[in-house]
Amino acid sequence: MSKQQLANKPLIEVRDLIKDYGEGELITKVLFGVSFQVFQGDFVAIMGPSGSGKSTLMHILGFLDKATGGQYLFEGHNVTGLDDDALAIMRNQRIGFVFQSFNLLPRTTVLENVMLPLVYARNKKVDAVKAATAVLESVGLGHRLDYYTNQISGGEKQRVAIARALVNQPAVIFADEPTGNLDSKSGIQIMRILQDLNEQGNTIILVTHETSTGEHAKRIIRIKDGKLESDKPVAKRRLAKNEDTLAK
Amino acid sequence: MSSYYHYLREIVRNALLTMLENKRRTLLTTLGIVIGVSAVIIINGIGAGAQGLIVGQVKKLGSNLLGVLPGKSESNGPPATAMGISITTLTYEDAMAVKDKRNVPNVIGVVPYSRGSATVSWRGVQTEASLSGCSVDYIAVEGGEVETGRFFSEIEDRDLARVAVLGSAVKSEIFGDNDPIGQNIKIKNQTFEVIGVMTERGQVAFQNYDEYVFLPINTMQHLIAGVRYIGLMRVKIDDEKNTEAAINDIILTLRERHDITDKTGASDDFSVRSAAQALDIITSITDALRYFLAGMAALSLLVGGIGIMNIMLIRVAQRTREIGLRKAVGATNNDIKLHFLVESIMITLVGGVIGIIIGETVSWLIAIVAQYLGYDWPFTILPLTILLAVGVSMAVGLLFGLYPAVKASKLSPMEALRYE
Ligand SMILES: Nc1ncnc2c1ncn2[C@@H]1O[C@H](COP(=O)(O)OP(=O)(O)OP(=O)(O)O)[C@@H](O)[C@H]1O
Ligand SMILES: [Mg+2]
Repeated sequence: MSKQQLANKPLIEVRDLIKDYGEGELITKVLFGVSFQVFQGDFVAIMGPSGSGKSTLMHILGFLDKATGGQYLFEGHNVTGLDDDALAIMRNQRIGFVFQSFNLLPRTTVLENVMLPLVYARNKKVDAVKAATAVLESVGLGHRLDYYTNQISGGEKQRVAIARALVNQPAVIFADEPTGNLDSKSGIQIMRILQDLNEQGNTIILVTHETSTGEHAKRIIRIKDGKLESDKPVAKRRLAKNEDTLAK
Repeated sequence: MSSYYHYLREIVRNALLTMLENKRRTLLTTLGIVIGVSAVIIINGIGAGAQGLIVGQVKKLGSNLLGVLPGKSESNGPPATAMGISITTLTYEDAMAVKDKRNVPNVIGVVPYSRGSATVSWRGVQTEASLSGCSVDYIAVEGGEVETGRFFSEIEDRDLARVAVLGSAVKSEIFGDNDPIGQNIKIKNQTFEVIGVMTERGQVAFQNYDEYVFLPINTMQHLIAGVRYIGLMRVKIDDEKNTEAAINDIILTLRERHDITDKTGASDDFSVRSAAQALDIITSITDALRYFLAGMAALSLLVGGIGIMNIMLIRVAQRTREIGLRKAVGATNNDIKLHFLVESIMITLVGGVIGIIIGETVSWLIAIVAQYLGYDWPFTILPLTILLAVGVSMAVGLLFGLYPAVKASKLSPMEALRYE
């Protein structure tokens, strides 16, 4: 697909997305027909109250889970019925995740954590080391490569997680409450990195329930009770480089 | 550029790390495998050692020896006389007929035996000794050597001479350092002249020849035992190659003498064995024993395997979030499966290696002790045993690690990541 087409066609498009957990009497209906589009270079915040289905939506968009109904088009392809292996390849090659709880491997170095996606991509070690070192340097952790993950601060952990999400040069970065476990100072650093990455052309989808955090995005999609409540550009965008702390 | 090397190395390294992380638990987990593998190796070591010992003993007899036993016996089972039953169908005359080259052309010598035990005394020194009534051919057939004095002659045998040749142990026991030649000893209250002492020989076919008093067989039969039959005859033939022909000739000779017309062998009242046959029987018995015991040991491997499965299931549960993360960054179901399989195989491999070391060490110690006790007990490390032990322990890891690994691989990444 050419750049021209990419600019016109959405990177992500969902139509009437439905998600139920469980079956029969134990069924939990979470998403009731959600539709929206995300374009290349966008920075979207998905917001809503707790339990509204934000994480569920992100898991489906990030190929961690499958929708019960509706359609999902990724880079113009219908990916609704992909099997486990195809989903794994999508996660490996096209998606980067940043989680609230960092999810770094214990007793493993910073560098090795970031190399992990490249291990599963069967990259050569030299190439993996080079790529991982480069992204770690870009998030300001060039001096922590050989530290173990229990030897670094929470903010640094989340930067490692961002580096890991970036290392495969994904089409989209998903961040689910990335500042949720951080103090406001570390939080703003993370938001700044995400904004910088977006400036460089990366597409970012951020899940948060803090309005102040969401206002760092360019656009806010609000979910309520599994339905799309609103989808608006951010009127007064916050810029992390002008802030010292992340307001709560 | 894709590289499986880096990928596989990382999988192995990751398994090693998690094993080291739980050193003590890993070792505990391998206990079943360690016990199973070392038991198999020890049992095999004892089996091989015992077999070597037996085979060595029988080989000492010489492979061109045949044994003729009274009574029909199943060709694969032990002879009836071994059960303590005396059968009276073989006589001294039978032995002489077998010794006749017109009947058995390949014969070199025949020794009929009539055995018993009695109190032997000299100047108040008493001992219970085994008596072996035999013929002059004993020297030629069994390969014994006279140390001092001489063996009895054919004429002394025929004339029921009261002469005795002592085994070296009997000599030391009764005479100590005294010269026994020409001395009179009492056997069953009859006076015998000691005419010779045999050279020390040790164990042959599990009989200690040094503890025998050798008497002329006719003297033994008529003056001591009061029987006409013999317990066994040993036949020496010219060459092992002629075993079959000689066995056949012996059978025909004895059938004729015993008026047996049945050519099937079902009515025979004697049996002929070669040393080779005896070896086969012994080997098959010890082999069966080894397989049986090895089977028991395999059971402990099974128990060990179930232990591995349990531990791996616990590890899968403990590492659920990690599995979720690995899947999130692109691990496929097969990648996850491989992670856990490699771990379980490595755990059982460690157990196998420890088991091999313990098993071989114990086998070696047993051999050392047996050799110290004077047995000809061989100890060899068989590459095949090692290979088999390694293979079996890895197979246990694969087999019992499969279910937990598949379970891990099937976890939904979303649920694994939500797992608390
Ligand atoms: N595996 C599951 N089985 C059943 N119900 C589930 C499962 N996972 C999530 N849910 C339900 O789906 C609903 C939406 O959950 P989700 O995690 O998407 O909410 P959220 O918007 O991310 O909330 P929060 O802000 O608290 O993270 C909740 O009611 C939750 O109980
Ligand atoms: Mg959530």
